Amino acid sequence: MAEMDTSDSGGHKKGPGVKKGKKLSTRVDLTPMVDLGFLLITFFIFTTTMSQPTAMKLFLPKDADKPEEQNKAKESGVITLLLGKDNNVFYYEGQLASDASNFKSSTFKEIRTVLIDKKRNTPEKDLVVVIKPSVDCTYKNVVDILDEMAINVLKRYALVDISDPEAQLVKISDASATAGGASN
Amino acid sequence: MGRAKLPRKSTNIDMTAMCDVAFLLLSFFILTTKFKPAEAIAVTTPNSVAAKVAPQKDYVMVILDANGKVFLEMDDESKKEAIANALNSSRNLGLNTAAFKKSLFFGAPFGSLSSFLALPEDQRKGDKLPGIPVLDTANNELVTWMRVTKEVYMGEKEPAFLLKGDNAAKFPAFKAIIDAFKKNDILKFQMVTSPEAAPVGTDLWKMNQKGEKIEE
Repeated sequence: MAEMDTSDSGGHKKGPGVKKGKKLSTRVDLTPMVDLGFLLITFFIFTTTMSQPTAMKLFLPKDADKPEEQNKAKESGVITLLLGKDNNVFYYEGQLASDASNFKSSTFKEIRTVLIDKKRNTPEKDLVVVIKPSVDCTYKNVVDILDEMAINVLKRYALVDISDPEAQLVKISDASATAGGASN
Repeated sequence: MGRAKLPRKSTNIDMTAMCDVAFLLLSFFILTTKFKPAEAIAVTTPNSVAAKVAPQKDYVMVILDANGKVFLEMDDESKKEAIANALNSSRNLGLNTAAFKKSLFFGAPFGSLSSFLALPEDQRKGDKLPGIPVLDTANNELVTWMRVTKEVYMGEKEPAFLLKGDNAAKFPAFKAIIDAFKKNDILKFQMVTSPEAAPVGTDLWKMNQKGEKIEE
């Protein structure tokens, strides 16, 4: 304990010649000090950065110049994700149909179920995810979609440049998605 | 009949123990806290489930801010000196080697790099600087930067190539950075993110529950 007991209530009596001093308590009120202590604690708790930034690894493939060196993927196992403006995601499975009938629209929230479905229905060695970011998407979108690969433990994926017809389709769909959102 | 008298108890609580704990915690937080250095370039990184901590030394970091400006940061001073000398001899830029060595990051086209170095440290703020031009594919200066950096590190352990991008940065700038890496055969790099837990019910979450790790 921090306080000292100076009161002479111990029972033993002082000698007759000893003058009784004035009783002064040495008890200090610690409440403000505790207040201050906790104030500082809360300050340091809130300002401290416990979470270190993490790093996500990305391995780039070496560009294969000759077509025969490029990786071949089975058409049935390929799903292509296209990243558009305003966090829109579009996808199609296999080859893009000439009338774009298999071109579907989705969002970052829903794409996980699409990917999980695809993973369940495809043999693991055939499954390839192709990611094609358009010029309008943000860095966050790309990291999010790569993160989605990690979350769903999809091991084969590739970041590929978007082709012109696809870019056109994304642009049109982006515009209609925005218009649809505005009318709702 | 009189009731039995309860012994009167003092309502005073001894604060000493509490005070002790409070100050113990306080000293813990004071000692463990590490203030973030004021960053010249404001970047809000996206979240990812990656669990590996970003390397804190021996790194070469490309920073991409919200406006698509690109900056280069590295920590090894002797390497920076070598880079300054290499740039001076190959491009005849007339850079002040000492200032180059001391500068934490670089964010100007080669043409105005010496005037960038002449700026006092506290005026080198991300939003006022031009950044390294990357978007012009024919004249992507980051390619040169990366080439020089790779040459400087030649024969030694490669530094960790980091990319720290802002949420709002657009893809073309990111693509240009990837191209700059690719052209110099830097095929492994890491993206700095903020940690995030794996969503419940996903495959990664199940693996984490079982204690499995994804091989890298």
